[in-house]
Amino acid sequence: MRRILVAIKRVVDYNVRIRVKPDGSGVSTEGVKMSVNPFDEIALEEALRIKERDAADEVVVASIGPEDCRQQLRTCLAMGADRAVHVQAEGVIEPLVAARTFLELVKREQPFLVILGKQAIDDDNGQTGQMLAALWQRPQATFASKVELDGGKARVTREVDAGLETLEIDLPAVVTTDLRLNQPRYVKLPDIMKAKKKLLETLPLAALGIEQRQRLKFTRYEPPAQRQKGIRVNDAAELVAALKSKGLLV
Amino acid sequence: MSNRVLIVAEHDGARLNPSTARCVSCAATIDDADITVLVCAADAGAVASQSACLNGVARVLTVENPAYAHPLAAVLAPQIAALAGPYSHVLGPSTTFGKDLMPRVAALLDASQISDIMAVESSARFRRPIFAGNAIVTIEVEGGTKIVGTVRTASFQPAAGSGSAPIEKIEVSAEIPSHTRFVSASAAKSDWPDLQTAARVVSGGRALGSAEAFRKTLYGLADKLGAAVGASRAAVDAGYAPNELQVGQTGKIIAPELYIAIGISGAIQHLTGIKDARAIVAINKDSEAPIFEVADIGLVGDLFQVVPALEAILAG
Repeated sequence: MRRILVAIKRVVDYNVRIRVKPDGSGVSTEGVKMSVNPFDEIALEEALRIKERDAADEVVVASIGPEDCRQQLRTCLAMGADRAVHVQAEGVIEPLVAARTFLELVKREQPFLVILGKQAIDDDNGQTGQMLAALWQRPQATFASKVELDGGKARVTREVDAGLETLEIDLPAVVTTDLRLNQPRYVKLPDIMKAKKKLLETLPLAALGIEQRQRLKFTRYEPPAQRQKGIRVNDAAELVAALKSKGLLV
Repeated sequence: MSNRVLIVAEHDGARLNPSTARCVSCAATIDDADITVLVCAADAGAVASQSACLNGVARVLTVENPAYAHPLAAVLAPQIAALAGPYSHVLGPSTTFGKDLMPRVAALLDASQISDIMAVESSARFRRPIFAGNAIVTIEVEGGTKIVGTVRTASFQPAAGSGSAPIEKIEVSAEIPSHTRFVSASAAKSDWPDLQTAARVVSGGRALGSAEAFRKTLYGLADKLGAAVGASRAAVDAGYAPNELQVGQTGKIIAPELYIAIGISGAIQHLTGIKDARAIVAINKDSEAPIFEVADIGLVGDLFQVVPALEAILAG
């Protein structure tokens, strides 16, 4: 079975403007809309397209978190994933713990490709994919904007600071997705109904032999420094004058 | 006891990337830091000398191997992990180079990583942005464990270059994997300053409407100002500008003296990439656009009239 494993995270929706709690103890997430991390949606879309090109047989989607993240796994099943694995855990999952957990799933599922988002838009860490590749001792191709499979190899174009870079990697390997890899499909109503029949397995984190170590303490949350309110000008001439008065132009 | 900080140098084989000098400034804010810069290269000579000049650097280590001709994370990480033993901190820049590499190093060291360090509060306490910069969190790392970090370069000035640290060549015996191979890189040649380090940036959004309009409207102005050119995600997604110009949460985080946002509405993901700019100018025909909330100077108007007028005035 040629299998792709996609790891996803439940996060505060892209369009929600989050607020720091007044006592600095965290970020208010009560009642806000939650979604599949957008980069992970791109990861799933890529896996589905590979399967639709008949270069894979099965797409398995996995997530670590509390009961609630089953909603996002259901969304993924509605998008077209074949089955889902929910690794049940409460509290903070540090990236290294997430990577170890996905490594256990890799051992169980034996995928030829693991695809994840390049970062989650809540904590913006951008670590899990690379850590998984390191622990698995397999290649990584991060920030992918194009993935071409060719037998036991993949050719991946990456978005890097200088432009684009292409790597050739042996499979199995880890790929993390950038924004322009693809445009994820919309979920249709009949697919949501069909998804209810698909297998969504639940595993406690401890059943995988993973210790939920927490080495980082989040001691304080603050809103970012606000910029001073600026001035308005009416035309290009006034703009140039304003720039000069602020010493930004000579 | 001093904190021994190892900084992984970013370079292109000939020149040290300015992000490394910013990492040195970050490292220097750790109490009693003893700073080592590591240069992994096919030929480390030039980059090692540039690293040795940075003020605050105690020594430069070089490891040379033909396999280092391109910075592949899978190749470099085992080498870095193999020599990280005596160090309390291992830092790299939060550029695509460091973001790719450092988590791989951290996992090999069984260490936690702090991404996008914007301030150092103590040797084990750091501040970093989360939620696209809409919150800043203070993180304390469990005592006694090695810390890997990426440095948010926009938060630190580059270290000055008047020092002269000793350079030592070392051998590392970690195995070089062959499963990852460099194929090609787009030669992004530009006649304009580098976006990441430019003092002035002219940036365009979806309102430019086409790749041709983007080029015609922005590059002339950038020329007059000696500015780099940037773009919003919308402009890059629409194909008006190449990906390396993208500014924002998932693109480049920059801190120029002057940022001119033209036809950019100012999504929070974009604003997080520019909030350290000294001055932000917004030109947009929608007076309600969120970009005006952060702009030091706002001009409500049609960019296709304002920008040529601005260019004409600057041309004198």
